Amino acid sequence: MSQQSNWPLWEVFVRSSRGLSHVHAGSLHAPDQQMALRNARDLYTRRNEGVSLWVVKSSDIISSDPGEKDSFFESPQGKDYRHATYYKASEGVKHL
Amino acid sequence: MAPTTPQEPGLSAVPSYEEEQSQARFDALIDQDSRVEPRDWMPEKYRKTLSRQISQHAHSEIIGMQPEANWITRAPSLKRKSILMAKVQDEAGHGLYLYSAAETLGTTRDEYNEQLLSGKAKYSSIFNYPARTWADMGAIGWLVDGAAIANQVPLCRASYGPYGRAMVRVCKEESFHQRQGFEILLSLSRGTEAQKKMAQDAINRFYEPSLMMFGPPDDQSPNSQQSMAWKIKRFSNDELRQRFVGMIAEQVKVLGLTLPDPQLHFDEEKKQWIHKDLNWDEFMAVIKGNGPANAQRLERRREAHREGAWVREAAAAYAAKQARSEVA
Repeated sequence: MSQQSNWPLWEVFVRSSRGLSHVHAGSLHAPDQQMALRNARDLYTRRNEGVSLWVVKSSDIISSDPGEKDSFFESPQGKDYRHATYYKASEGVKHL
Repeated sequence: MAPTTPQEPGLSAVPSYEEEQSQARFDALIDQDSRVEPRDWMPEKYRKTLSRQISQHAHSEIIGMQPEANWITRAPSLKRKSILMAKVQDEAGHGLYLYSAAETLGTTRDEYNEQLLSGKAKYSSIFNYPARTWADMGAIGWLVDGAAIANQVPLCRASYGPYGRAMVRVCKEESFHQRQGFEILLSLSRGTEAQKKMAQDAINRFYEPSLMMFGPPDDQSPNSQQSMAWKIKRFSNDELRQRFVGMIAEQVKVLGLTLPDPQLHFDEEKKQWIHKDLNWDEFMAVIKGNGPANAQRLERRREAHREGAWVREAAAAYAAKQARSEVA
């Protein structure tokens, strides 16, 4: 009885106020870009949650594979010297 | 506590090395109170349980729009109409947040929609009770949304990431629903004798169904334990019911009205609330589709879907035309 709509899925990003990044809020279905943007406004900003919206077709997002987590994110490991806390000798020196 | 997730039967009776590794990673995430995300491996039963629970929750929000939408035209003032419309709109929104979360488990929106329209899917039995008077808008907000909040707050920490995030959004918006309901009852309770009586009558009708919203007692709820082991559910049905009944027992005093439960009291020795026996036969009958308004609610949903068909078709046709002119 329900004909298949197959509207694409869009991911919604909301900038909550000027100076902050857009943050992922959720997703929705819409037939085109304009409708996606309007639906995003109605769905994710009913209480002034945002001053700017992005909608991106979910199928256009390239993501890392959770199965590859270890090897993909391995390079920073063992590189503590990239953090300020690695440098102990200068502890206690003011304004450093 | 060690993870109690049972081994899922794979294609072969003996799980492969990879399956064992995946299961171990999943168990570790649950054990560390971390979150499972859509693309992670998860046991098939975990996926199915969540898919059913989140979609039932979404369906409940969508069907839940009806009892209140029916009262928008009859709300006693412009202010009350605006409030009621905002609330019904929120419920549509909550349904959509939840469908989105449910879709990340691999079932499409169309499939979920079909499950609701065909009558195959369940939704909260509370919405199969009719809303007879304006005071019911108050009782629904205070008791039904109140019970929903008690249920939903712990779900913000559910082990499945998209569900938890959707619930955070829902809970933020839900608190206005309960307050507006309470204030409808408060206004009526300070009104004429007839208004006071109307408020009391609404409480009388919604008290027991709202206590049953937490589901059957723990010893009759076999799925609860697995859901708790998976950290989807954080508290048992009875624990949540206890918490809720304790809150409303106090709140009703502010209204100057009573709960229709003369034996309700706090047992100091057992450290728990003793309430009347709930009619679980009725609960099961309503869930099975024999409640006072089941047929009406489902028919209204189908009608709305049918009547919206031309809008969906027009939007799809416009999108297709736009896409063509972009190519040209």
